[in-house]
Amino acid sequence: MTQAIDNERLRRTMMFVPGNNPAMLKDAGIYGADSIMFDLEDAVSLTEKDAARILVYEALTHVDYGKAEKVVRINGLDTPFYQEDIKAMVKAKVDVIRLPKVESAAMMKELEELVSVAEKEFNVAPGSIHLMAAIESAKGVLNAPEIAAASNRMIGIALSAEDYTTDMKTHRYPDGTELEFARNMVLHAARAAGIAAFDTVFTDMNDTEGFYRETKHIHQLGFDGKSLVNPRQIAMVNQVYEPSEKEINQAVEVINAIKEAKVKGSGVISLNGQMVDRPVALRAQRVIKLAEASNLLDEEGNYIEK
Amino acid sequence: MEIKKTALAGTLESSDIQILITKGTKGIEIELESDVKKQFGDQICQAISETLKGFGISQAKIKAVDKGALDCVIKARTIAAIQRATNASEELDWRAI
Repeated sequence: MTQAIDNERLRRTMMFVPGNNPAMLKDAGIYGADSIMFDLEDAVSLTEKDAARILVYEALTHVDYGKAEKVVRINGLDTPFYQEDIKAMVKAKVDVIRLPKVESAAMMKELEELVSVAEKEFNVAPGSIHLMAAIESAKGVLNAPEIAAASNRMIGIALSAEDYTTDMKTHRYPDGTELEFARNMVLHAARAAGIAAFDTVFTDMNDTEGFYRETKHIHQLGFDGKSLVNPRQIAMVNQVYEPSEKEINQAVEVINAIKEAKVKGSGVISLNGQMVDRPVALRAQRVIKLAEASNLLDEEGNYIEK
Repeated sequence: MEIKKTALAGTLESSDIQILITKGTKGIEIELESDVKKQFGDQICQAISETLKGFGISQAKIKAVDKGALDCVIKARTIAAIQRATNASEELDWRAI
């Protein structure tokens, strides 16, 4: 139980970085995003695909991105850039390859096959490159459960709302009603497969209120985090995901009760006369993790007043 | 490898470097334009020529306009220019890098 949570990374923020922009590639690590997503797809023009691929390769192998998880969005299966992108990113030992416009488990399986061939070719540890899928169509949403479970390299699935709403013959509205079904499908598919769920980007940088409203909503649903287009949004998402003082103190009590029960060798964990069951313990562990990431706990595990 | 045609890679944006490769006959000739030429000119030229050597190119003229690029960017743009100049765009040998 403890292990399952401890091994899980926090993925509150996944920041997009255009793959052909040296200034942004250089600085991407300084904003504190949980994951950085280098983009070889939509952010790169057709004539610069070759140059962007080499640039991202060189950045990944020379720039220190600290603790951030390194993700690369490669070009789709139906493009002439797909296979070269895979080779280069496997050789660069990126943490995660993100495939756009995924509509079936077969697409992920094909990618997995090419990734394992490339791992052999470049002497990269077998199975070390992880995968994630972006869901951008009605078909993708309906097949989300099989896509999320397509491979044990999968670490997450993300909803991409721009393409999806176009496919659905609508567009994005401020209240997000048009995305409810897709969000819930993607989220349930992720949870059922035991992987992370990422919400779509919010592109209107002037609508701070709208951004907070959407982030609070997806936080309430249970998403791990959100894809972002601007580093300014990182602190805003982290703020929404930050546990309250009350939540932290409760979680600390639960964790202490677990420790105490272990010391006593007691199988039943109780706190203030009530039994602490598995979901309560799991939630407490996640709260502690989020509190640590927000620097709200001292070394002894006590809440730090802000 | 041989330069078959003139090719350009990179932009004039901050932190980038633009590399123009043309055929040459007198070894590797590099013409560099950079605000930090005094301090880093030798290092930039070295990064370019080492990358060329790595691809077995011994004859080429290079015109480079640097806007404060890191070594890895200089290398990336030089490789992209070489690829384009040798018509190898879609089949770069990733094992050679």
